[in-house]
Amino acid sequence: MITDRPTLELRGLHKSFGADPILRGIDLSVARGEMVFVLGPSGSGKSTMLRCCNRLEEPDSGEIFVEGKPITGTGVDLNGMRQRIGMVFQSFNLYPHLTALGNVTLAMRRVQKKPRAEAETRALDALDRVGLKAKADSYPAQLSGGQQQRVAIARAMALEPSVMLFDEPTSALDPELVGDVLAVMREVRAEGMAMLVVSHEMKFAREAADRVVFVDGGVIVEQGTPEEVFERPREARTRAFLGRISE
Amino acid sequence: MSSFSDTFLNMDVLARYAPSILKGVGVTILLSVLIVLTGVVVGTLLACLRSFRVRLLSFFIVVFADIFRALPPLVLILLAFFGLPNIGVVLTSFTVLYLVLALVLAAFAEEIVWAGITATPKGQWEAARSTGLGYTQTLGYVVLPQALRMVIPPLTNRAIAITKMTALGMVIGVPDILGQATTAQSFSANASPLTLAAVAYVVIFLPLVVLSRWLETRFSRGAA
Repeated sequence: MITDRPTLELRGLHKSFGADPILRGIDLSVARGEMVFVLGPSGSGKSTMLRCCNRLEEPDSGEIFVEGKPITGTGVDLNGMRQRIGMVFQSFNLYPHLTALGNVTLAMRRVQKKPRAEAETRALDALDRVGLKAKADSYPAQLSGGQQQRVAIARAMALEPSVMLFDEPTSALDPELVGDVLAVMREVRAEGMAMLVVSHEMKFAREAADRVVFVDGGVIVEQGTPEEVFERPREARTRAFLGRISE
Repeated sequence: MSSFSDTFLNMDVLARYAPSILKGVGVTILLSVLIVLTGVVVGTLLACLRSFRVRLLSFFIVVFADIFRALPPLVLILLAFFGLPNIGVVLTSFTVLYLVLALVLAAFAEEIVWAGITATPKGQWEAARSTGLGYTQTLGYVVLPQALRMVIPPLTNRAIAITKMTALGMVIGVPDILGQATTAQSFSANASPLTLAAVAYVVIFLPLVVLSRWLETRFSRGAA
């Protein structure tokens, strides 16, 4: 199916936890090869929005499309859909009982049913792309936080998704380890992935993002190029937030 | 002093009854292996079933686990051995002992493995599900291997405690170590067979205790 629709498309997303509205009508799209940064104060709903995109959270209403196909509603092949959408977590969430290689091959072997040899070849290739081919036989406990996060990125990338979701990928890292992870994220973008990133790495957002989205109170307050949002924010709430974090 | 050795270490008595106690060793080992395998496997399966959170199923699993953990195993053994024949179920004493202790271990193992499953971080589930693994696959390939490593110390301790209870089989006539020894003791009117039984238990269970200690240090290091 050839389509000019964005790779990831959110329409009218609503979500409440109990009586608390978290998302109040989010419309957002991410095109192929586009890196979109989501900023916002904590509790603004940005992580929930991200987690709705592969239905780790179930939106109350609204629609999400990946490559033009709906992934919300009933009758969606959840596990098939999730292979199209890679996710990277704040706390890495590598499987501690498996080696780096085992972490990357698990879904290829058990979900995609690839034979071991093929899965391992692809996994080594994915680890090579994040610069950790030499650590294939290391267990997560033997890796630094930055290395663990790069293995986690390789784990998601190896399934050849069309969208990658990053949920504060560098927030749990020591400052000196952040750079390597960000470098890998640039690589991912260079491969033409659609990327939706929740992060507080403002400098990185400025340099690398194609678009910055500011979320507050469950709605998108404003969006634009990094230059527009950082240098000439139109909304008072955006200015207040940027003022607070630059202090 | 010689009356002490005559009572507890009478060589004639020991020589006469050593073969039957050796047979008892075989029975005890066979029972222990069967009980541990069945108990741990059934307990793990029950814990996995419980993780699907089907309300009625979980309720029955919890009721089973609580009852079998609350009742003294001896009561269950006597109930099964003397009660079941009245409703037409006649089981050998060996089978009764095996079933009761396997179920008791299963009840404890279920609770222990369940604790391991719930202690596995939520992020592990999310990471696995985000790559397309299904619920059962996530449980089997990601959560359970971690949960089992985590619970090896309490699980081995419980398994050893339950296998030692095979000695309870004596009251329903299971020809295990203690059963053979008490028979020999009443025939010979001498306690030496009981001494031999005690030695036999130490020879069987001490290596298990040492093994469990080794498992604990090995896996606690691996988890760090």
